[in-house]
Amino acid sequence: MTLRLAGEAGQGVESGGAGFAQALSHGGLWLHTYTEYMSRIRGGLNFFQIRVSDHPLWSHTEGTNILVAFSPEAVRDYGPHIVPGGALLHDEGLKFDHDAVARRGTQLFPMPLTKIAQEVGGNKIMMNTAGLGALAGIIEYPFEFVADVIKKNFKRKGDAVVEGNLKVAAEGYRIAQERYAASFDWKVSPLDARPHRMLINGNQALSVGAIAAGCRFMSGYPMTPASSILEFMASHARKYDIVVKQTEDEIAAICMAIGAGNAGARAMTATSGGGFSLMVEALGLAGMAEVPVVIVEAQRPGPSTGMPTKTEQGDLLFALFASQGEFPRIVLAPGTQEECFHAAARAFNLAEKWQCPVIVMTDFYLTTSMRTLLPSEFPIEHVTIDRGELLTSEQLDRLAGPYLRYKDTPSGISPRALPGHPKAVHQACSDEHDEYGHFEDEDAANRLKMAGKRMRKFRNIVEDLRAPTIYGPERAEVTLMGWGSSYGAMREAVDLLNARGVRANMLHFVDLWPFPEAKAAPLIEAARQLVAVEGNQTGQFAHLVRAMTGRRADRLVLRWDGRPLSPEYILATLEEAKVHA
Amino acid sequence: MLDLKLYNNPVKVTWCPGCGDYGILNAVKSALAQLEIYPHEVLFFSGIGCGSKLPDYVNAIAFTTIHGRALPIAMGAKLANHDLHVICITGDGDGYGIGGNHFLNILRRNPDVVHIAENNMVYGLTKGQYAPTSQRGFVTSTTPEGSIEIAFNPLTTAINGGATFVARGFSGDPKHLAKLIMAAIQHKGYALVDVLQPCVIYNKINTYDYYRERVYKLEEAGHDPADRSAAMQRAQEWGDRIPIGIVYQATGEPTYEDQVAALRAGPLAKRRLAPLGPEQAEALRREFF
Ligand SMILES: Cc1ncc(C[n+]2csc(CCOP(=O)(O)OP(=O)(O)O)c2C)c(N)n1
Repeated sequence: MTLRLAGEAGQGVESGGAGFAQALSHGGLWLHTYTEYMSRIRGGLNFFQIRVSDHPLWSHTEGTNILVAFSPEAVRDYGPHIVPGGALLHDEGLKFDHDAVARRGTQLFPMPLTKIAQEVGGNKIMMNTAGLGALAGIIEYPFEFVADVIKKNFKRKGDAVVEGNLKVAAEGYRIAQERYAASFDWKVSPLDARPHRMLINGNQALSVGAIAAGCRFMSGYPMTPASSILEFMASHARKYDIVVKQTEDEIAAICMAIGAGNAGARAMTATSGGGFSLMVEALGLAGMAEVPVVIVEAQRPGPSTGMPTKTEQGDLLFALFASQGEFPRIVLAPGTQEECFHAAARAFNLAEKWQCPVIVMTDFYLTTSMRTLLPSEFPIEHVTIDRGELLTSEQLDRLAGPYLRYKDTPSGISPRALPGHPKAVHQACSDEHDEYGHFEDEDAANRLKMAGKRMRKFRNIVEDLRAPTIYGPERAEVTLMGWGSSYGAMREAVDLLNARGVRANMLHFVDLWPFPEAKAAPLIEAARQLVAVEGNQTGQFAHLVRAMTGRRADRLVLRWDGRPLSPEYILATLEEAKVHA
Repeated sequence: MLDLKLYNNPVKVTWCPGCGDYGILNAVKSALAQLEIYPHEVLFFSGIGCGSKLPDYVNAIAFTTIHGRALPIAMGAKLANHDLHVICITGDGDGYGIGGNHFLNILRRNPDVVHIAENNMVYGLTKGQYAPTSQRGFVTSTTPEGSIEIAFNPLTTAINGGATFVARGFSGDPKHLAKLIMAAIQHKGYALVDVLQPCVIYNKINTYDYYRERVYKLEEAGHDPADRSAAMQRAQEWGDRIPIGIVYQATGEPTYEDQVAALRAGPLAKRRLAPLGPEQAEALRREFF
């Protein structure tokens, strides 16, 4: 079932929702949370929804079983999302069109939330605590789990606040259970098995991956939905020996990371499409000067400022081809929170091994959605750290000839020496250069040699990249194909299709560029009906696949209204197109 | 004093005969030799422009980057390895125009970085357009009726913006310039050395003779660089008399690197990279329980 809390910014929808999610997670339940907020600090309309189940979840779904509404707009906009037989829980004083809601078959559960907050807690502010208590009462989720989270989360604010909130929540719970539990069909009970699990979103998982990989330097400029990476890294800088720098703009952000990366610190920056646009010239510098740097591109709908707090996968081809000229880069697009962790950890290795920029693409949906995951999905202590062909000072001591920073080698990789060794005085260079790194921006033969060397890397990188993952039965009638954050929606859509008797499977790409053609082409060719599923308007990945393999997707399932792909959306679009009629 | 030949490399210099950049190149090498800084102990950065080719002509570690971006790249490198001397070479268009935002921000941050700005008051490499530092009325291909903007003053901006060391040199006096560069390298914190650099092709106003008639040395004029308001006054002086020397110096200010907790245990680039231990890993996971 899905629970949704909605109200104005500042009404504690997000923090209350996250607390409730913790309470459910501690009961062993599996969650997927999804949040939408307006691009403003106070007022507006926000929601935080929790899908809860007794088995692992991959995606949000459309439809809400119970909506806790703290504002009239929340009822107006989200009331229609309530499923038949579902309920609207609200303060008894909230003004909205009761008849309109009742006409849709929604049950109304008015509660004296403000009154409880005031009379029991002594402060109106606790009304969302009353609401959460009431919510737990209606779904008959044991109060102790809610109480534990209140104790934990309000501890900092002192005993009086903890006591007040506990009393308010308990009163909300008691009244709501008494009045409404019997008429609400959906219940949530803790599971017997309650192993420790993590409740983590994409940006957090990616940051943990970066820390695990030994990221030592991060520079960034705030931009939704990437900012929380910079904030997470800043809050962990002291503990994990990381220099974190907010810069004057995104140009400086990538430039500082390039400076640090070239000097030997594992470095990254994170931004969204607008900031990435500013980074493009320096991206080319990292390509030309062969500097390892990791760039997170957390997409939101463009063009320009677009929809700052909504989601889209519209920057794919931009990320692949941004910058003048041709040079190797690597593009990864994790599909899930756990893949964010692994992609970040891999990105640092790939960047140092191939001495090139690595772009990790996510989007608003993935960065903000949390899932419950077993800690074993985050093997922090077991990540591999591979710095590639990095010469040690002993190797440099023994160096017979001059050190060639851009030595032409069969792999295209020129062994790297960090600045500071007497035998490795060298120049990194943004102009075309010779093997020493000195300007050689005229000579044709040198150009062929050096550009050839760089592109040799590009052709070899693909060996290090992974095939798409396959989910679902072989020899399917329908194959969904996607990349990045659509993984969960596609996977649940595949399950739904198979349950309905349609043999369906999916191909999901994390490693996008260089396109893993040899590994992917046979899988794509084997698809009977190939359906590209993407969160953009033009089917960018379908274009790429067609360019790389010649295979044209038979159908496109696209979404570009700022909302994430969901299993139901995919199914409805397929039905419209009569894909499995 | 080290042998100056230590800093020579076989690269052929491509500047025009008579270019003011030669004097700067000689002064840079001389400063390094006098301070006995070996080629592997100094990291040069530059942007794009005639002057930005300088690192290519010095045997030292270098990164020649893109137009306007040398300062943030240099700062990133300094934060990654603060054991190295970092010297940033920019043009005036490069450092004050396209890179202006980075200039304003590095002033407030005070990393231990030397910034040598080759100020020829014109765009050299792109063949003679006006620059942010061009004097009002300066006629170029893009300002055929003369520039109608007032010239950017790097010195007052730097002092106002929080720079802890601000100097002006003249490439026609490389010995004096070398002394300024040495002082800049020895200064703990961001140090700007703006260099009056004649462009013999595209700037027929601010020539060697123009400067020779006008420059005077601050140290001979009884100027006290620690006096901020005197420094502001000298920084505004332009016309018949143009001051060169150390205009302003604040001592005892902490550098950016000094204040970053993660750098106390030594340069980032020298840390061993290894996966986190099991306890640290578990602590990180537990944050999400
Ligand atoms: C992004 C970008 N824009 C424009 C240029 C072209 N460009 C190269 S150098 C330069 C200006 C040079 O003037 P300055 O920085 O004063 O250096 P100088 O050549 O005079 O030493 C310009 C505009 C470039 N390389 N990159």
